[in-house]
Amino acid sequence: MTVQDILNGNRRAIARFLTQVENNRDSVSRELVELFPYSGNSSIIGITGAPGTGKSSLVTALTKKLRDQHKTVAIVAVDPTSPFSGGAILGDRIRMRELSGDDGVMIRSMATRGSLGGLAWTTQDMVRVLAAAGYDVIIVETVGAGQSEVDIMRIAHTTVVVEAPGLGDGIQAIKAGILEIADILVVNKDDLAGADKTERALKSMLELGHPTKSHQYGDIPIWIPPIVRTSTKNNTGLDTLLEKINGHQQHMNQYELRTALLQEQFTLEFNKRLQVTLFKRLVETVEDDTFAGIIKRITQYEIDPQQAVDELLRAVDFSIHLE
Amino acid sequence: MKKRPPKVLIAKPGLDGHDRGAKVIARALRDAGMEVIYTGLRQTPEMIAESALQEDVDVVGLSILSGSHMTLVPAVRQAMNASELQDIPIVVGGIIPDKDRADLLAGGIHAVFGPGAATDEIIKEIYAIAHREDPKKGQS
Repeated sequence: MTVQDILNGNRRAIARFLTQVENNRDSVSRELVELFPYSGNSSIIGITGAPGTGKSSLVTALTKKLRDQHKTVAIVAVDPTSPFSGGAILGDRIRMRELSGDDGVMIRSMATRGSLGGLAWTTQDMVRVLAAAGYDVIIVETVGAGQSEVDIMRIAHTTVVVEAPGLGDGIQAIKAGILEIADILVVNKDDLAGADKTERALKSMLELGHPTKSHQYGDIPIWIPPIVRTSTKNNTGLDTLLEKINGHQQHMNQYELRTALLQEQFTLEFNKRLQVTLFKRLVETVEDDTFAGIIKRITQYEIDPQQAVDELLRAVDFSIHLE
Repeated sequence: MKKRPPKVLIAKPGLDGHDRGAKVIARALRDAGMEVIYTGLRQTPEMIAESALQEDVDVVGLSILSGSHMTLVPAVRQAMNASELQDIPIVVGGIIPDKDRADLLAGGIHAVFGPGAATDEIIKEIYAIAHREDPKKGQS
């Protein structure tokens, strides 16, 4: 398997490489390094929301619309790993059967493998591989998300938060968390009773002020997340949703907000990788016995946990171990 | 390096609508630490091959209760071979008479599980099949 096969869009090569990426998150891979320069040309759309709001069906419907416009689409669908067995049932493909038999669509399921932000640690790298493979649009579907699974905003150019009728009231809507990261809000299952009430709750939340106000750049008008009502059952609202997504992407391009967004996303990613790498390298230099001794002293309430960390770090010669 | 538990595709080809067995197996494999792609009912051989390719699974498990296994199983094998997935093994579960079982095994299917098969046995067997000497793992 070569980098060239992936750049050429060879699906078997892509699929196999994605497995490698998924299984070795810490090590630098020569292939990833070579693919990185080619990974900046796709639109990345994040779809998130509570379990059962219809994310997978919405992804399928959106993908069909994008295919009508002759855009190639890759989908990364994340489902949770069982905390007990480490196994997972990845069932998003069940709702995506209409997309089968189309060479312009690539679907990949993945499990969170212990990560808590709504994505897996390696989702970012997988998206990058698919971008380098040349897919025009990459849709990332998070696990059924609650109030703190907001990692998707670190990856997506446009984040769509999906709600459905009957899930919460006005107080849920003004809490911090997942609604705050929305570039577009969707009330899906519009065919069910209560959709009006859900839409009203979201509207009043937006009227109370949207957090992106703190992210204003110069005179650029603030993007106010539109609320779109959709029903994948009755096939309504989907054109409007796609229009709004395109509108958001144009907004981001037109005003060069994309640069600001990428800067923010890459800063977060860099910091995270620095954290993980530093920790790993440091831990490699410390004897197991030393760790056991520290934990023992903490357990006996001899030393405060933060004090123990400071003490350990004072004993490390950074210049030797962090090259 | 320690090998990860296998990644398995559980699929139901053909027209029968009984997916309880497939779901029970998917759940049992999950509880054994595997990542299981479950694709739902009425999959064509081409759909199964496509899922196996995109998900890069280690093993494909077919659940068939309609009696048409002697048509469907070879069709899935053929569709997978056509996508250059000769190296991905297939196991079959369902109501399979002894004679057919022998024919399937002779035809390159790695294992056949009948109604009496214990889940422990199935799990063990799938581990063994997935972690056998695999030419695919050698390349990079």
